[in-house]
Amino acid sequence: MAIAEEIGKPQPRLIPWTRKLEGMPWWMLILLLVGLLIVYSIYSSDIYQDAFTFLLPGLKLTIVVTLTSFSISIVLGLIAGLGRVSKNIVFYNLSTLYAEVIRGVPLLVQLLYVAFVLVPLGVDLLNAIGGLMLQHASSNPLLGIAHSLANLNIKDVDMTVRAIVGLAFGYGAFEAEVFRGGIQSIERGQMEAARSLGMSYFQAMRYIILPQAIRRMLPPLGNDFIAMLKDSSLISALAVRELTQLGKLHRSRTFRTFEAWNMVAFLYLIMTLSLSLLVRIMERRMAFEE
Amino acid sequence: MKNSIVEPLPTDDDIIMIDHVYKSFGKTRALVDVSLRVKRGEVCFIFGPSGGGKSTLLRCINHLEKPDSGTIIVDGIPVTDEKTNIDKVRAEVGMVFQLFNLFPHLTVLENITLAQRIVRKRPPEEAERIARQLLERVGIPEKADSYPGQLSGGQKQRVAIARALAMNPRIMMFDEPTSALDPEMIKEVLDVMMGLAREGMTMVVVSHEMGFAKAAADRMVFLDAGRIIEEAIPKELFANPKKERTKQFLSQILY
Repeated sequence: MAIAEEIGKPQPRLIPWTRKLEGMPWWMLILLLVGLLIVYSIYSSDIYQDAFTFLLPGLKLTIVVTLTSFSISIVLGLIAGLGRVSKNIVFYNLSTLYAEVIRGVPLLVQLLYVAFVLVPLGVDLLNAIGGLMLQHASSNPLLGIAHSLANLNIKDVDMTVRAIVGLAFGYGAFEAEVFRGGIQSIERGQMEAARSLGMSYFQAMRYIILPQAIRRMLPPLGNDFIAMLKDSSLISALAVRELTQLGKLHRSRTFRTFEAWNMVAFLYLIMTLSLSLLVRIMERRMAFEE
Repeated sequence: MKNSIVEPLPTDDDIIMIDHVYKSFGKTRALVDVSLRVKRGEVCFIFGPSGGGKSTLLRCINHLEKPDSGTIIVDGIPVTDEKTNIDKVRAEVGMVFQLFNLFPHLTVLENITLAQRIVRKRPPEEAERIARQLLERVGIPEKADSYPGQLSGGQKQRVAIARALAMNPRIMMFDEPTSALDPEMIKEVLDVMMGLAREGMTMVVVSHEMGFAKAAADRMVFLDAGRIIEEAIPKELFANPKKERTKQFLSQILY
């Protein structure tokens, strides 16, 4: 009786254990072990614990800066991406100019340029507008705005804000290409069907094209988010007290070079690895749906 | 506008008026001096060899393609006029495509209600009621909550017809509606089209389904190399085509 049941069951396919070992994600295991080691040392060593508590505000700022800049860059990317597929000559050329210029300048130079050239120019412009408004303003609520515009000082614009603007514009150009690719990957018939039902171009984009395109864009957007998280370390050049900058400070404060950079690298790695794991899951789910 | 001479009176019987339309794609001449009238309630059947300009002609009527020259007037509205709000015209002209072009991210019901809500501004309940009625009519009420990917080709095309009908169009255009279907699904789509024709819908059909033409068409138009070669009622065209090219084409496709 028991034997008959045993035979009736589907037999598990036998795979030689050596083959199973080959397919193992060893890199992940090694990472996990190293990670555990570091976590253990943080708990057991005062030096690492000191580094961790010192770096923690920087870690938070890195996350805040990345999230904010990425959200802005998505909006910029959507606008410029729509421009890249637009038949409107002005809109198309402006968007293409933006994408080409940004992609041709190193991100570090862009950040310095935005922080020390564009933002001061913008402040000058606002001062001028405020001055003009003061000359012509008659009503009270406008007067308040005019005063604050005219008296705006370049020092009032926080470096963190400048860094966020710089990162957002820099990544907006890449996001524009992601949007363009996503939109163009949708079959032409979708737009034609939507238009033939009487929808306007923008209604068709909003209800038909973009919802489909965004699904296909999620993995590349996820990768760009990870890239931005790493590139946010560049804003340490603007002395923004994010993770890398605090790493520098911690090193010069304690002369514990080894521990400081170990800790910084480890914190970045934890964030990027968990995010790329998310992107992988997303990609797999997408492949399944299509 | 210059073409005020052809501005039709509201009582005019011609719902589509195409005059001297030319269209080229690069060096290929898709339409050459095409003029055609379609009467209200008429079923106009356009056929001919592939690359002959049939689809282009259809797509010019709702301005998916812009003619190089010539005028097209649909229900009194000049679609070739730059100033015309083309979205308004398109809402009145339903179009069914060879490859269905259903919206894959929406359910069948949403496919049919979306344009009703955002173009016709109907309240959601009304749009849904109309959508369910139409699904009943095309014979697949049970598929309302399915996604297009879960339907067969014939079912997809019937949903596409329902989607176009939901806008209460005055004209229905069919661009080879059965060409991408498996043979056993052609009939279910043609049945729906026959029903529409019987109810007096104005239809412009580009197709190779000669059986449908015989049964439902009021007029047949033979288009080859961008020109209208011959126009006649089906009986006449099948019995004695006047032009040599028509004869030759019919002998090639009819058994």
